[in-house]
Amino acid sequence: MKLKTALLGAVATLAFAPAAFAERGTDGEVKIIYWQAVSTLNPYLSSGTKDVEAASLVIEPLAGFNEKGEVIARLVTEVPTVENGGVSADLTSITWRIKPGLLWSDGTPVTANDAVFTANYCMDPAGGCAQLARYEGIKTVEALDDLTVKITYNEPRPNPYTAFVGATSPLLQAAQFANCMGAAASSCTDQNFAPIGTGPFRVTEFRTNDVVQMEANPNYRDPAKPAFATVTVKGGGEAAAAARAVMETGEYDYAWNTQISPEVQGQMEAGGKGEFIYAFGTLVERIEMNMTDPSPSLPEGERATVAHPHPILSDIRVRRALSMAIDRDLLVEIGYGAAGRATCNLVPAPEMFASDNTDCLVQDVEGAKALLEEAGWKVGADGVREKDGMRLKLLYQTSVNAVRQDFQSIIKQWWNDIGVEVELKAIDGSVYFGGDAGSPDTFQKFYADVEMYANNFDGTDPEPYLAQYTCDKAPSPATQWQGENVNRYCDPAYDALVVELGRTGEISKRAELARRMNDMLTKDTMTIVPLVDRGRLSARSLSLGGVVLNTWDSELWNVSDWYRVK
Amino acid sequence: MTDAISIAAKRSAPRNQWWDVWDQFKTHKGALVGLAVFFSILALIIIGPWIWTQDPGFVNLRARNQGFSAAHPLGTDQLGRDMLARIMAGGKVSISVGLTAMLLSITLGTLIGVLAGYFKRLENLLMRGTDLFLALPLLPLLLLMVTLFRDPLSRSFGPETGIFILIVTAIGATSWMQSARIVRGSVLALKEAEFVLAARSIGTPPRRMITRHILPNVMSPIMVSATLGIASAIITESALSFLGLGFPPDFPTWGRLLFDAVDAMQLYPARVILPGVMISLTVLSVNYIGDGLRDALDPRIRGR
Repeated sequence: MKLKTALLGAVATLAFAPAAFAERGTDGEVKIIYWQAVSTLNPYLSSGTKDVEAASLVIEPLAGFNEKGEVIARLVTEVPTVENGGVSADLTSITWRIKPGLLWSDGTPVTANDAVFTANYCMDPAGGCAQLARYEGIKTVEALDDLTVKITYNEPRPNPYTAFVGATSPLLQAAQFANCMGAAASSCTDQNFAPIGTGPFRVTEFRTNDVVQMEANPNYRDPAKPAFATVTVKGGGEAAAAARAVMETGEYDYAWNTQISPEVQGQMEAGGKGEFIYAFGTLVERIEMNMTDPSPSLPEGERATVAHPHPILSDIRVRRALSMAIDRDLLVEIGYGAAGRATCNLVPAPEMFASDNTDCLVQDVEGAKALLEEAGWKVGADGVREKDGMRLKLLYQTSVNAVRQDFQSIIKQWWNDIGVEVELKAIDGSVYFGGDAGSPDTFQKFYADVEMYANNFDGTDPEPYLAQYTCDKAPSPATQWQGENVNRYCDPAYDALVVELGRTGEISKRAELARRMNDMLTKDTMTIVPLVDRGRLSARSLSLGGVVLNTWDSELWNVSDWYRVK
Repeated sequence: MTDAISIAAKRSAPRNQWWDVWDQFKTHKGALVGLAVFFSILALIIIGPWIWTQDPGFVNLRARNQGFSAAHPLGTDQLGRDMLARIMAGGKVSISVGLTAMLLSITLGTLIGVLAGYFKRLENLLMRGTDLFLALPLLPLLLLMVTLFRDPLSRSFGPETGIFILIVTAIGATSWMQSARIVRGSVLALKEAEFVLAARSIGTPPRRMITRHILPNVMSPIMVSATLGIASAIITESALSFLGLGFPPDFPTWGRLLFDAVDAMQLYPARVILPGVMISLTVLSVNYIGDGLRDALDPRIRGR
């Protein structure tokens, strides 16, 4: 009799198992490894991706981005646009309506005051907010009623989705952080290490630079989610070890940012425990051409300034020939594997902003040689081209990085083939990207003829990124060598387009302008020679379902949808 | 009979003392093997490139990551560059950096050590200077030197020679302190030895005293630190290359080959092992040679 009951019980459990599938906390634990350890869970006090993404499990913004780069509602009823009246016709204000009945993980209701508090918290001049850029140009943030927030900007804002959008500007609970304004921000350890949020999980234990333990948020807005009862976010190690922990040993379910060489990727995938997932954002590895003369014979203060145009690279035919000699697909194969793709665009994504410029993808060595001949560079005795007694010799610098040094060697050979002599230089990353005006080796100072690095833009709107290439943003002694226009590119027509883009609100018009500007910088002038569109590469266990890699927001943006594959 | 022998001994020409050193050196098996290994490495890197004429920098993307074959006896690296050619080219740089930096640091160290040990007046100044150098953080100092002098040097001597001078000076100037201390200690002890007192009593001037009596007797510690110095100079050079402070990236050195290969260590262990073995062999053989030399140069051991 007892046995029969037990068996019946077992059968019943089995029968009900599928139903239990869609319940909160039924899938046990999910283990995530961030090889850069998490040091705080308050993204306003750290610009580190690892901190922002770990915090996105707990605290959420009003709206986020999906994997296509579109704005999606999180804590609001809908995304405000000009069409639905949420954004004012003159583009100076945006009004968000918070979902009614939304609760913090401690059970108190989410109100518009929390949003107002969060904005003031970040904009407090004494606080040193790491995400201030998202709150730039704001005149006022006010609560129209309990659930309505209105942001007014100083001037028309064609892209108003900055404040409260994306994992870098989540909502903080006013009640919890009330005493942490301004200078007190970083001393509020309890709050920063365990913020109360609206996300799918809440913090149970936080050990700085080591591990974060979380459990499902009992007040999460979707009663069926998250499927996992607990999360462990472990930090430490390096990319290859993290990938191994998912792909080979199976200790972890998800590893963040596993940038490793294509060969090692292949070897790890053979382990059969996991797979690499990748998605492409806006990070582009490129060669930048110096339009000014970096010759050391010029006096300091005039060297590499617009006063002296580059003796070789001022000729667009030389720049074009240098680009034509490169086989980008081969570079991808050697350096990035699945995590890269060849590109000719400075703005490779989102799709609507990406130009259809693909001319550079085919290597054309003969064409490059012909172009150099046409420009008057004749092959000299030792195979290096000469013109008016000057040798076609370039100094090619980049930061120290195994893949970049490989690229340098390969590109040097291609350029040697077309008669260009190349001297290579690799600089320690902390110096190269350090921006120290006193160092001759920064990428802004650009005391070389060509240089290589990667850059991207935050969010989905390329306007601030494209606006970097105006004449007045060229680094020079007068600006303490600060400025983003490292090529010293200067074209009044381009500057005019930047102004026009700033005034245009209609999205399709903006996209068209952005594509035109991208083409001006790349295929029309060859000022920037893009090489590889570098994707984000992470690893997931085959037993972890629901993962959608997103390059526009936190990688853990949809963790509430993750489940255990049974 | 006894007369015949004594006459024969008297007739033989006076022997150069270096023959005695060589005779003693020959009895040290390890030193002989070390010498042979060191000379074969030198032959490999000096004569090798005349026989194996592949360009160490030639990228052949169709022959990436190949194993040992007739076309590439030691295989190829991740860009299809011939490993044998790279090992030879790398050895030339590494060994010249090692030897030159060692010479520089030994010269400096011995000079300062002897002066500090022999002249009481200079001791305080020199040894505090040594302490100062010991306390300096090496890496920031090197960073500073590279930032300040890389451009002027590579302009006047070309990128490779310029960097060579810079690196050798940087390593030499930051590694003489240990030998200075050791030498000073030995000199202090020797100064009180009876033969030195005897020499002084007959009025030997300090210059002669140092060259004839002190230096030959501190040869053994100098030799030991010299051999160790070569090893650490090779390693320091590789660390510098790794940080981007060393030679240009397309310029192979053993240290750089080693670091380049670490990423794919599991897949292509040979690429780590080869330069590693070369560094170890060089260091070991130099150590043994130094050991043998020390014994051979010490008249008290010689002939025993």
